[in-house]
Amino acid sequence: MHLERDPADAAFREEVRAFLRDALPPDMAQRNLRGFHPTKADMQAWTRILHARGWSAPHWPVEHGGTGWSPLRRHLFEEECFAAGAPPTCTAAFSLVAPVLQRFGTPEQQQRHLPAILRGDTFWGQGFSEPNAGSDLASLRTRALRDGEHYVVDGQKTWTTEGHYADWLFCLVRTDTTVAPQRGISFLLIDARSPGITIRPIISIDGAHSLNEVFFDGVRVPVENRVGDEGQGWTCAKFLLENERAFSAEVPRNKRMLARLKALAAAQGLAADPVFATRIAEIEVELAALEWLTLRALSEHGSDAAGAWPAGSLLHVLGSELQQKTGALLVEALGERGVIHYDASDADHAAGITADFLYRRAVTIYGGSNEIQRNLIARHLLGP
Amino acid sequence: MDLRFTDDELAFRAEVREFIRTRLPEAIHRKVAEGRALRKDEIVQWQRTLNEKGWATPSWPREHGGPGWSVVQRWIFLDELHQAPAPEPLSFNVNMIGPVLFTFGTEAQKQRFLPRIANLDDWWCQGFSEPGAGSDLAALKAAARRDGDHYIVNGQKAWQGMGHCADWMFTLVRTDASVKPQAGITMLLIDMRSPGVTVRPIHTIDGRHEVNEVFLDGVRVPLDCRVGDENKGWDITKFLLGNERTGIARIGMSKELVRRAKAVAAQNDADDGRFRERAAAIEIGLKALEITQMRVLDGMREHADKPDPRSSILKVQGTELRQAASELLLRAAGPAAAQCADEFDDASSWATTVASNYFTLRAASVYGGSNEVQKNILAKAVLGL
Amino acid sequence: MNFALDDDQRMLKDSVERLVARDGGFEQRRLHMADGWSRTLWARYAEIGLLALPYPSTHGGLNGTAVDTLLVFETLARALPLEPLLPTMVIGAAALREASEEQLARWVPPIAAGELTLAWAHGEAGSRYRLHDVSCRARREGAGWVLDGDKPLVVHGDSADRLLVSARVSGERCDRDGIALFMLDANALGVARRGVRLHDGRRAADIVLEGVYVPASDVIGEPGKALPLIERIAQHAIAALAAEAVGLMQALLDTTVDYLKTRQQFGGPIGRFQALQHRAAEMLIALEQARSMALYAALMLDEPDDAERAKALSAVKVQIGQSARFIGQQAIQLHGGIGVTDEYVVGHWFKRLTVMESEFGDTDHHLAEFSR
Repeated sequence: MHLERDPADAAFREEVRAFLRDALPPDMAQRNLRGFHPTKADMQAWTRILHARGWSAPHWPVEHGGTGWSPLRRHLFEEECFAAGAPPTCTAAFSLVAPVLQRFGTPEQQQRHLPAILRGDTFWGQGFSEPNAGSDLASLRTRALRDGEHYVVDGQKTWTTEGHYADWLFCLVRTDTTVAPQRGISFLLIDARSPGITIRPIISIDGAHSLNEVFFDGVRVPVENRVGDEGQGWTCAKFLLENERAFSAEVPRNKRMLARLKALAAAQGLAADPVFATRIAEIEVELAALEWLTLRALSEHGSDAAGAWPAGSLLHVLGSELQQKTGALLVEALGERGVIHYDASDADHAAGITADFLYRRAVTIYGGSNEIQRNLIARHLLGP
Repeated sequence: MDLRFTDDELAFRAEVREFIRTRLPEAIHRKVAEGRALRKDEIVQWQRTLNEKGWATPSWPREHGGPGWSVVQRWIFLDELHQAPAPEPLSFNVNMIGPVLFTFGTEAQKQRFLPRIANLDDWWCQGFSEPGAGSDLAALKAAARRDGDHYIVNGQKAWQGMGHCADWMFTLVRTDASVKPQAGITMLLIDMRSPGVTVRPIHTIDGRHEVNEVFLDGVRVPLDCRVGDENKGWDITKFLLGNERTGIARIGMSKELVRRAKAVAAQNDADDGRFRERAAAIEIGLKALEITQMRVLDGMREHADKPDPRSSILKVQGTELRQAASELLLRAAGPAAAQCADEFDDASSWATTVASNYFTLRAASVYGGSNEVQKNILAKAVLGL
Repeated sequence: MNFALDDDQRMLKDSVERLVARDGGFEQRRLHMADGWSRTLWARYAEIGLLALPYPSTHGGLNGTAVDTLLVFETLARALPLEPLLPTMVIGAAALREASEEQLARWVPPIAAGELTLAWAHGEAGSRYRLHDVSCRARREGAGWVLDGDKPLVVHGDSADRLLVSARVSGERCDRDGIALFMLDANALGVARRGVRLHDGRRAADIVLEGVYVPASDVIGEPGKALPLIERIAQHAIAALAAEAVGLMQALLDTTVDYLKTRQQFGGPIGRFQALQHRAAEMLIALEQARSMALYAALMLDEPDDAERAKALSAVKVQIGQSARFIGQQAIQLHGGIGVTDEYVVGHWFKRLTVMESEFGDTDHHLAEFSR
């Protein structure tokens, strides 16, 4: 075990900072630091800027356009981007479907989609959950019936983040109702402009449009858009969900929230209050522990040591609950002004704080609720 | 609805307070205030003082020797005891076996036992739990078979609080192993001096001897020591456990602990903003619980024999707050609390009891029906899950 | 940065594990308590090089790192050692970083050989974790010093050969300047020790110093300028305690999980109830947080910026305190009645963690320090 920091990593961090200073437009940064949902225009523009530098997909294998950085450097890069206010790239595309294509897709599928994702040309949406299939995802019912060289898809998906930005959807569909639920599921790539698809907004508790319902009415999907074999969809999904947890940017997001909290506390004269100060201190201590947990998980990812403890679930539970704790303290710091409903375009320094706090109630629910995560952790401890 | 006390109730409180002030021996008062263990004779002495006044059995109806107090008066009385601080009347006697006997016992049993229970002439302990029957009490295995006008009892009980001081044990035994577990249980009253009864101490992490194992080896119990009918013991048990639950919040004791913690913190220069915030959180919780308790007790006025499942709230919150208060005192005491001393070393520093009491109270969320089981009860009986 | 053990570290951990397996039994420990602690065990520690570990190799030490100390304390923890390992091994080594050649030559070899034990006598009544709050006085006499004052609750003070004592050579009670550190002979004239038992089974002493003469050669570092060294010592102690706490918490979790799997109630193992599964999961979460911070402590002991280092070690003590309290309390709760018995080891692990909370500053103290 060697815990000393490598000076080359510090130099790398500087390089990233310099890049952000040059390439991240200040108005884009301002917009994204406020806590509202990022716009498609910002996400796409930023992806293109990153791509020009070869940095749009640092965590991808090098042969598909990844940077080949160590896990620690990927973490540092993400942290600097968050801190600077860079918008995210399309998560569903870069971190969810792309690794599935890289692992289970055909060369044709990879060729068709990965470069377009890498360049920021295509946006993707996730079609997994349904009204009756949330935590119990395997009970999903959207049907895909084989008809010659196509599947005909009927059903409904829900909670599709940024589905209204999407060019493509990746969906779990039921191709076989005669076997055990998990074994009758397949993974389909569906063009979002296909006839028969209707996307309807879900306005969330923060008053914003980020989530969607997606209806499929006799949608024809070419068989070559199936990833993996028929019935292999659940395997692809498990792989995707584990990745989702492993790459979740809990620490960078939490650091940005903490920085905002300290700035706000100072501005409100709260930093001098010893009790408020110790509340901030508690968060900072928890975040330090979370960061070190993340570094341990990153250094083990992909190695033999990785299975020894349920890192992804731990990070998810801790990171999400810390976000909520910090968000609540941010709202508290606002005092009376915390109740004001700001527009995304509002430049007030308080804009976005309460909206973010409200939306973040979901952070312990999506991606596998924290109850499910605790079940997984317990199963790891106690056995099945 | 009026949450204020009436003038009569306030006068009653003053009367109780004065009685305690004048009649509680200072030596006992000091020991309770410092969290020290009391000796058997000290507990007996105080209960007899209360009994002389007719106050040893606050919840008993007049016809059985109780003072005939209202629910509020009972609560005020206990609160004053807890805050004095003074010892409570012995719970096993007064809250558990006493009400069981006057509700389910024969006339002969009531006459024989109730006055002695009130005066602590007989010290009672509870023979319920076994090594294999804790939360799942119905799984108990100590068995009693009929032999003429006696039962012969064989088995092992565990966690008998103050069993080493006890004269009698109210015991649950299995009299029918062929039916569903709850349907084959009987309650027997066992004289602890009977041949075949062996009491062995269980030493606990607080350094005190409070609980015991009791071995029953061919113990002969006369038929007239059976409470209620054979195989009908489970209903009596539910009644008893319901009563145990209501009394267990002991809010006044928690308040006293918080007061002590604040005093110690001030002495140790440890009462900064953070400490005061912690203390405040506990005090507020206690205030809320007091009112909840009043509401639960008030609701039970009509059906005194059917314990309200919401009393599980009192158990859970009461024990958690008491644990929090003991932790607060531990924090306030700082490094001095690391010291420990023998159980009856009355000359030892006050600081030695702080951690002991914190350790003792870890069991509060386990006994009396663990807090997990209480939550099950709330989910099922109150919420219908 | 990597978290896998290298070969040397693996060997160290293995040798400590073997020692625990052979000699670290719970019942054996009970027997040792009668004498305070086991001299036989102490000799074994010396044999496998633990006592020499953090000391410089120029004087018989092994140049061990903070990670080495962490491994020792974490691995030994569940055996609940009664021996004066923290003051002799960790505090001694931290203090002697400012010792002279002559002092190192005089003290390191017997420490390494298991012939010299130490105790840390710094806190005073009313000082409440404040390291600069020192009233014990030292006045010059000839070439040496004369010490007067009280040092209560000195852990292992009842049996130590030498006491690391802080005393004020100048200034007022809470001045940062004016403190000196002395390596006192515990048997010197004027040293009175009254034994005290602690809840975690270890022994301590209330020590009274009355006109105790200390030769100049027993002063460590520059008299009057000892506070920075004392602060470093406290940081090293916190790092070792953090490792010990992680070892204890792991033991508590392992034992609790075993119990959940084997204890049968209501027709099956209680571990099948979701509420208890979640509780176990929460314990694991708290443990991993603490483990991460123990590693962080090992790294930050070498941080050259004083303020950064102090802050980091305060953060560590906070996390450890919070995790330990939760895991300890829940472990007892999930064990039901047997968790509070003297017979069962869980309660003893819990008591050790409880006492540890008040060593070198509690959670609230460090939260306040951190947020200054």
